[in-house]
Amino acid sequence: MKYLNTISAIVRKDVLHELKSREIVVSMLLFSVLTVVVFSFIFEPGSQFKNEVVGGILWMSFVFAGILGLNKSMMSEVTGGNFSALLLAPVDRSAIFFGKAVSNFIFIAMVEIFTIPLFMVLYNVNIFAYGAMPVVIFFLGTYGFAILGTLFSIISVNTRTREVMLPLLLLPIIVPIILSSVQALNIYILGHDPADASKWLQLLAAFDAIFTVVVFAVFDFIVED
Amino acid sequence: MKKLQKFLDIAAILLIVAGLYMAFMFAPMERVMGAVQKIFYFHVASAWIAFFAFFVTFVFSILFLVKQNFLFDDIAESSAEIGIMFCTIVLITGPIWARPIWGVWWTWDPRLTTTTILWFIYAGYIMLRKFIEEADKRAKFAAAIGIIGFIDVPIVFFSIRWWRTIHPNVVQKGGGGLHPDMLKAMLFAILAFSVLYAAMMLKRVRIASLARRIDALGENNG
Repeated sequence: MKYLNTISAIVRKDVLHELKSREIVVSMLLFSVLTVVVFSFIFEPGSQFKNEVVGGILWMSFVFAGILGLNKSMMSEVTGGNFSALLLAPVDRSAIFFGKAVSNFIFIAMVEIFTIPLFMVLYNVNIFAYGAMPVVIFFLGTYGFAILGTLFSIISVNTRTREVMLPLLLLPIIVPIILSSVQALNIYILGHDPADASKWLQLLAAFDAIFTVVVFAVFDFIVED
Repeated sequence: MKKLQKFLDIAAILLIVAGLYMAFMFAPMERVMGAVQKIFYFHVASAWIAFFAFFVTFVFSILFLVKQNFLFDDIAESSAEIGIMFCTIVLITGPIWARPIWGVWWTWDPRLTTTTILWFIYAGYIMLRKFIEEADKRAKFAAAIGIIGFIDVPIVFFSIRWWRTIHPNVVQKGGGGLHPDMLKAMLFAILAFSVLYAAMMLKRVRIASLARRIDALGENNG
């Protein structure tokens, strides 16, 4: 119970801070919508192949915007010395980590909630034509991204190059998330048999479960002084 | 230690010369592919060593986190560096072999793609090490990447394999029936490269330990 209290306290702090400053979500949202718009130049307007690539464009916009937001979110923790202060608190350290991961998840989810409708209008696709299952894809994909992204953003802000390290470390590791999220989403966009998507969802769920456990096991070791 | 080093150096040189003999003289010429198939022996052996080296990094990253002994960190670092060198050899010899046989330099086959992703993961690992000043933080963060990166590899492989089976127009690798003499030459190449790996590891770990000692001296006097 105390564990969950710690997580919710950190999430509350981050959400309050974000409601006051609006720095992270707004910049991420602008960037993700901009990515969706700019990527439209890769095909002719009204092209036949449009539907095969738009799912990938949507996910890449989340990944790029997510990396931007993760860096921003962790930089503001580190520059004020808040992160070190949190680690000194007499609470379980992995609870601090999962608090940060949940806040990052919420921020990315906010961006998705606004970007997806705009995306559907701009590209004239209805990803929810076969029910609400794509929500599960977004949930699982974003969760895995947030868990690993939060860990790697802690690592990257501690390097000399700061933000540069995060995409270099994160992108190759999250290849399974990008691949299975895009493939699962494409099934709904192209109107294929929704049963095919379950395989990708299982892979996403397995990825999330494995790395939740691994990060839980590793985090205590890597932040202790 | 010195004696072991010398023994491994000489053994590696002799075994690689013998490995060249095994590949070019002993093993029969492939009927369809011809001489270009000879690259197979070194390609497979490099791939084997690359995966083994990253496994060593994984094991010693865990050991470092548990025991906090910096020698384990030196071993993890050294093995990752040697691993990425062999991984680079795999990625260079692969296309040289693929071009005349498959007609293309590159296909998005699961093994190829996974090896490329693997290369990027450990390139990130090595870059990360260069960009952190404090030895303690560097070792811990690098260990996290060493562990997560290695666990990720089979998941990457399976996801890419599923992806490719959905699009079936992939060039399939003609596997299976290997001539027994070719198999011998391949196993010999793996043995030769394993000894080379051991010889290089011994040197590289020594360099890492010495570098760490010099850093410590600099901190005490600076």
